[in-house]
Amino acid sequence: MTEDSMVTIEVDGQELKAKAGAMLIDVADQAGIDIPRFCYHNKLSVSANCRMCLIEVEKVPKPIPACATSVMDGMKVYTKSPMALAAQKGTMEFLLINHPLDCPVCDQGGECELQDQSLAYGSDVARFVEKKRLVPKKYIGPLVETNFNRCIHCTRCVRFSAEIAGMREMGSTGRGEYMKIGTYVERTIDSELSGNLIDICPVGSLTSKPYRYQARAWELTQSDSVAPHDAVGSNIHIHVRNNRVMRVHPKANEAVNECWISDRDRFSYEGLYSEDRLTSPMIKENGRWVETDWETALQQVADGLKEMGAGTGALLSPSATVEELYLAQKLVRSLGSDNIDFRVRQSDFRGGEPALPWLGLGIDEIEAVDAVLVIGANPRKDQPILGHRLRKAALNGASVCYLNPLEYDLNYHAEQLLSAPANMADDLAAVAKAVGATGAIIDDAEVKAQHQSVAEQLKQAGSALVLLGNLASAHPDYSILSALAAEVAKASGAKIGFIGEAANSTGARLVAAMPTDGLNAQSMLEQPCKGYLLLGLEPDRDFWNPTQAQTAFKQAEFVVALTAYRSASLEAAADVLLPMAGFAETSGTYVNGDGTWQSFAGAVQPMGEARPAWKILRVMGNLLDADGFDQNSSQDVLEQARNSADGRQLDNSVTADLGQERRLNGSGLTRIGDVPIYATDALVRRAPALQKTADAISAAIRINPGEAAKAGLADGDRATVIQEGNLATMPVEIDPGVAGGSVRVCAALAGSETLGGQFGEVTLEKA
Amino acid sequence: MGFKSEPMTTMTPLEDKNSLFTPEIRSQIDKWIGKYPAGWKQSAVMAALSIMQDENGGWLSREIMDDVAAYLDMPPIAVYEVATFYSMYELEPVGRHKVCVCTNISCMINGSDKIVDHLEGKLGVKLGQTTEDNRFTLKEVECLGACGGAPMMQIGKQYYENLAPEKVDEILDGLE
Repeated sequence: MTEDSMVTIEVDGQELKAKAGAMLIDVADQAGIDIPRFCYHNKLSVSANCRMCLIEVEKVPKPIPACATSVMDGMKVYTKSPMALAAQKGTMEFLLINHPLDCPVCDQGGECELQDQSLAYGSDVARFVEKKRLVPKKYIGPLVETNFNRCIHCTRCVRFSAEIAGMREMGSTGRGEYMKIGTYVERTIDSELSGNLIDICPVGSLTSKPYRYQARAWELTQSDSVAPHDAVGSNIHIHVRNNRVMRVHPKANEAVNECWISDRDRFSYEGLYSEDRLTSPMIKENGRWVETDWETALQQVADGLKEMGAGTGALLSPSATVEELYLAQKLVRSLGSDNIDFRVRQSDFRGGEPALPWLGLGIDEIEAVDAVLVIGANPRKDQPILGHRLRKAALNGASVCYLNPLEYDLNYHAEQLLSAPANMADDLAAVAKAVGATGAIIDDAEVKAQHQSVAEQLKQAGSALVLLGNLASAHPDYSILSALAAEVAKASGAKIGFIGEAANSTGARLVAAMPTDGLNAQSMLEQPCKGYLLLGLEPDRDFWNPTQAQTAFKQAEFVVALTAYRSASLEAAADVLLPMAGFAETSGTYVNGDGTWQSFAGAVQPMGEARPAWKILRVMGNLLDADGFDQNSSQDVLEQARNSADGRQLDNSVTADLGQERRLNGSGLTRIGDVPIYATDALVRRAPALQKTADAISAAIRINPGEAAKAGLADGDRATVIQEGNLATMPVEIDPGVAGGSVRVCAALAGSETLGGQFGEVTLEKA
Repeated sequence: MGFKSEPMTTMTPLEDKNSLFTPEIRSQIDKWIGKYPAGWKQSAVMAALSIMQDENGGWLSREIMDDVAAYLDMPPIAVYEVATFYSMYELEPVGRHKVCVCTNISCMINGSDKIVDHLEGKLGVKLGQTTEDNRFTLKEVECLGACGGAPMMQIGKQYYENLAPEKVDEILDGLE
């Protein structure tokens, strides 16, 4: 019997067609026939240990588990026969023996698989009169709360941590009465996908710590939305009570995030309720900030912008929605300015990027590629769901190679070429040479065994992919890197993909939130504009070179910031702060990395006087008497934005000059200023639970032992980083995963705002 | 790493295995690894734990389990699972002689209760405890597969069958 031959089975008298070898429970699920289960999960391996899905099959003398029984032609299955029901009821009684039945104080109450099924299959009287066992709770981190008394040993969490998170952190120790689920030793669960443990646990054993005791499931209303933190655009459910976001859950979408979401997408909502929220318009009067009403503030903005006119520079967050970006660029263009950009973390604008970069293939197609070369990126932390897809590809047999200045802790086997920022272009050129490309730099490259090996893997693969990510796009020689990547792709027959840095990097290009002949994000700060319009950005954290940005804003005559938060750096930079709606408070659209437009409605009312940014921008347009600001709904704006994007196609073809001057020459130490996972945007930076995780690192000088010895530094010392005359003092951490000739000083962290660009020459001095 | 596709290996295998254990121990464990297919050296975990337990005076510390995990490229939790599952692994220090009395059905029918009572009285400790002089640890175990000679007990690697209180005295007195 071949795997794809079809068989006919009968379930409860209903005839069903199924693929031979499929599991009975899957076939029944697809036909809408309900079989109770706890341990079975269609994304995890089958363990068949809860025995809840026992059913009767004709000619089989005893009940068998539907999750571990494959269908066979002519099989007759009874899911509700006396034998099946007796087995299910018996199982239920055993499962409840040690369960504390503390539903009234359990967060899972009301949405608990055990509760639901005990209602259907349980008895109303317990026959078990002996003592129930007690299992102490364990601390496993700031995100997931444990109560192992409620555990029914389904081992979903154990299988999830091994198979999906790729870190075997959970296990079942002991046996029989003494079996326990947990980590055995006290340790935290550090996976960037750990929040999914909360969803897969069928009982109240693993629940959300930030949401603990906050609400009951039946008090919540659910709205669908899209996660605002990365180019995946994970589909989410936002659960709301009394106009407050209580929690975020994944919404299954096989083409995007399957049924998972990253911890960043799940727990960032906490940042909405930060004390920093800006809840009313504010203007600076004689150097002091005063609250004002919308009318006054908007009039002041209109007057200010009118005066700035063509001298206005607009810097827009790549996490802003399509609607916001469309209106913002339209507004600034109506002032006669073309200085509009969202690429605030890019420094090389020499035309190295394609016309409309995108992922190059569907997110769900990644797992089917045979070879991947990832350049300047750490998808595991930067876009966790993309990282998960890459891991699936690797487990499917794909060879994955990395070219980075940092060695990453990966959860699958991959070849990692460690290359100092200044050498990345040389290493990539060597790979290009090895795959048979020619051109400037490439011809002079020295091909070593490791380059040859990467090249072989790309060439031999049926379908290969070259991906560029956040570190590549922040690199001072991004043009050269992307041109070389394109050569590698061309010569090896691979696809090339650009992982957008933020939730709407692709959407921003589609609605032209970038200059055609005006100033780009870098030149707007290098040659300061007369005035600025900032949308959703923080001067000290969100720019490639925060010192330069802060200086430019300080010198400007007029700066208006649309922001959900107030912060010292915004107050220093701006003249008017307009409170905009945050995540979940506005309707909008994101275009994710693979070009999928995903719209969502607002789930809660904006806090205080805050208003959706598209409305603010529309009124600003009206006050400036600009044409085309008469939209009545975000739907209208979206329609116009879509029409404006009609002529623009996703296009990854690169036409850069390989012979361009190299900006990083590799003398001395080079800073690697990557943006850590929980520092990417204003919302995440204010989410307290995420900031307590192991991934929420603080500013430090991370340097490999060899370079540390050269600089006379030891682990735990304090030292000063000097970058173009800018200083920052922080502790030293020895990290062998940092390439020689470089030092990792992350961007976007508190303490890094006084430094220069994300990459650049630095010197270290012991403090 | 996954239950589905491949053996449960760690992502960061220890490269210099020679830093673990002694050459003799390593060769003993390697002998067991050789009995399993290539790439499945985790299968030798039980043998490795037994070897290390004997080496460490009869019990396994967390450090030893971590070393075994590193030696076999396993995640530590997978070793803890094995060590906590099987009753022959001790996770706390034990006395010089570990007296394991079977109290399963065949032995029970043949009077294992009396044997336990006698042992408890003679050694002055309860099941699961160690004598003050650290000579004996008394332990209740499940069936050791010697029902034909019930009641029985195991001391060290030796089975003692068809027990009676006098015979127990004789056996214990014969030990150092």
